[in-house]
Amino acid sequence: MAEAQLAISDLAIHFGGVRALDGASFDIRPGITTGLIGPNGAGKTTLFNCISGLIPGASGQVRFEGRDISRARPEAISRAGLVRSFQLARGCENLTVFEHLMLYGPRQQGENLLKAFIGGRAVREQEEKLRDEALDMAGRLRLTHVLDNLVTRLSGGQKKLLEIGRVLLAKPKMILLDEPMAGVNPTLVQEIADHLEVIRRSGIAIVLIEHEMELIDRLCDEVIVMAAGKFLARGSFSDIQSNRDVQESYLGLRRQ
Amino acid sequence: MISYLLFIGTLTAIYALLSLGLVASWGQAGMVNLGLVGFFGLGAYCSTLLTLLGLPIGLAWVAGGLLSAVMGIAFCLLTRTLRGDYLAIVTLGFGEGLRLVELNERWLTGGSDGISGIPAPFKAAAGELFPWLYFAIAWGIVLLAAWGLNRVLGSPFGRALRAVRDDENVAAVAGKSVLLLKCQAFGMGAALFGLAGALYAHFTSYISPDNFVVQLTIYIFLAVTLGGYSRLVGAILGAVAVMSILESSRFAAEFVPGLNAVQIASLREFAIAVALIIIMQVRPQGIFGLKNEKARAPAQPDTAPASVVSSHVK
Repeated sequence: MAEAQLAISDLAIHFGGVRALDGASFDIRPGITTGLIGPNGAGKTTLFNCISGLIPGASGQVRFEGRDISRARPEAISRAGLVRSFQLARGCENLTVFEHLMLYGPRQQGENLLKAFIGGRAVREQEEKLRDEALDMAGRLRLTHVLDNLVTRLSGGQKKLLEIGRVLLAKPKMILLDEPMAGVNPTLVQEIADHLEVIRRSGIAIVLIEHEMELIDRLCDEVIVMAAGKFLARGSFSDIQSNRDVQESYLGLRRQ
Repeated sequence: MISYLLFIGTLTAIYALLSLGLVASWGQAGMVNLGLVGFFGLGAYCSTLLTLLGLPIGLAWVAGGLLSAVMGIAFCLLTRTLRGDYLAIVTLGFGEGLRLVELNERWLTGGSDGISGIPAPFKAAAGELFPWLYFAIAWGIVLLAAWGLNRVLGSPFGRALRAVRDDENVAAVAGKSVLLLKCQAFGMGAALFGLAGALYAHFTSYISPDNFVVQLTIYIFLAVTLGGYSRLVGAILGAVAVMSILESSRFAAEFVPGLNAVQIASLREFAIAVALIIIMQVRPQGIFGLKNEKARAPAQPDTAPASVVSSHVK
């Protein structure tokens, strides 16, 4: 077994008396798609928030590609190549689709105040290259016609597509996708699933929170089950399906 | 009449400079500075005291701006773990607190008597042309500041700032150094407030704590709101509009019979309040709306879903 790309050990955090994460530990192998499932309140999104550094203060350790990122700032984690999406497709309300795509470009020289003022060829060329990539991405996601729209004007499905597009523009090594297909019409679900398969084939690892078991079965090489802030089980989808603990805590509930 | 108009014109330039500073920190980065008059005063006193010690006026202006910037960045760092509201509260306290220091530290600031006889650049050499000269210098600085801000705000730096303004978490996940960006934006704003204060002190040649009261902060917020809160051109236009309202209310008072001096002075504040209400009702986004980067995409319809990952990823 290859060395873990993302290693989580004993991650715990509580909000008041609620133990949102209660000693979760598991490894994620490089380059595969891992499904993260579990009942609502199992701590899946909290786990993403802790890994991505948006909620500081968790105990335990997170290592990404051998580097301890447990106390790193969220921007440092993104720059290391571990980029997340948001469940509710958050966005900057006064920025357009195009600006969102451009925003995610990594290591932009023009973000340095002095270089921004002086300008110069390097800054301009990088900006042009990024612009080409953003337009290209918009085309692939069929967002070209809404590029100049504020994100608040997008439909739910378009927001989900933008979420995937901007995460990819950050040139990540691993992406954490929080329900990228929730609340989207069936045709678009298939379209997004196709995109995820292509992403996986390009070598980017995916950790996917998803409730639709058919999609988990289709997309994921491995499934991790969480319940009550803890790691419960892992394995292939068929392993998980036949696991009694999992049936009781999650899948079983769905059959009622 | 000409000298009155020049005086007002120069004061408008100083208001415009303050408005530009507020666009940088509030309009673009979303950081409310309710104590901008404090930074204005800090720049004024700093530059004044340094020139009285013999520093050339130009250098004293720069020093006034720098000291304000340092103070602004310090507040940013001080409140970094708190919600944005706390920065507003701290700066509000700073504005009032600094005024009390100016009032009470008589050995340094002359207390309520203020400091008079502040030297102005080329006053003797320019003679009667001095008001024209200062008018040109002040507006020159405004245009220079607007040009510089336009350059940095139109770059990826500005895009990252606006992302921080709208949603810090999104900006952080996009890999932006949120704290650094905030400090830079707030520092730039504070530097312009300080520079405006220095310009003001050497223009009127007299400063006292009465010049640095909270009303000025409100005028500048009004100017920026009026112009479209994130726009540089709006800030300059808003400053002109606010000054026009303030000064025209002076003349309007003559047409309202039976007002005493105190009531005439109050008319100014009343006119400003009415203006603010009208703007909010008629055009809440200000004269100039948001300015977004255009994609300039080729006008071709989106084709069928293509592979989302191309050669540029890996």
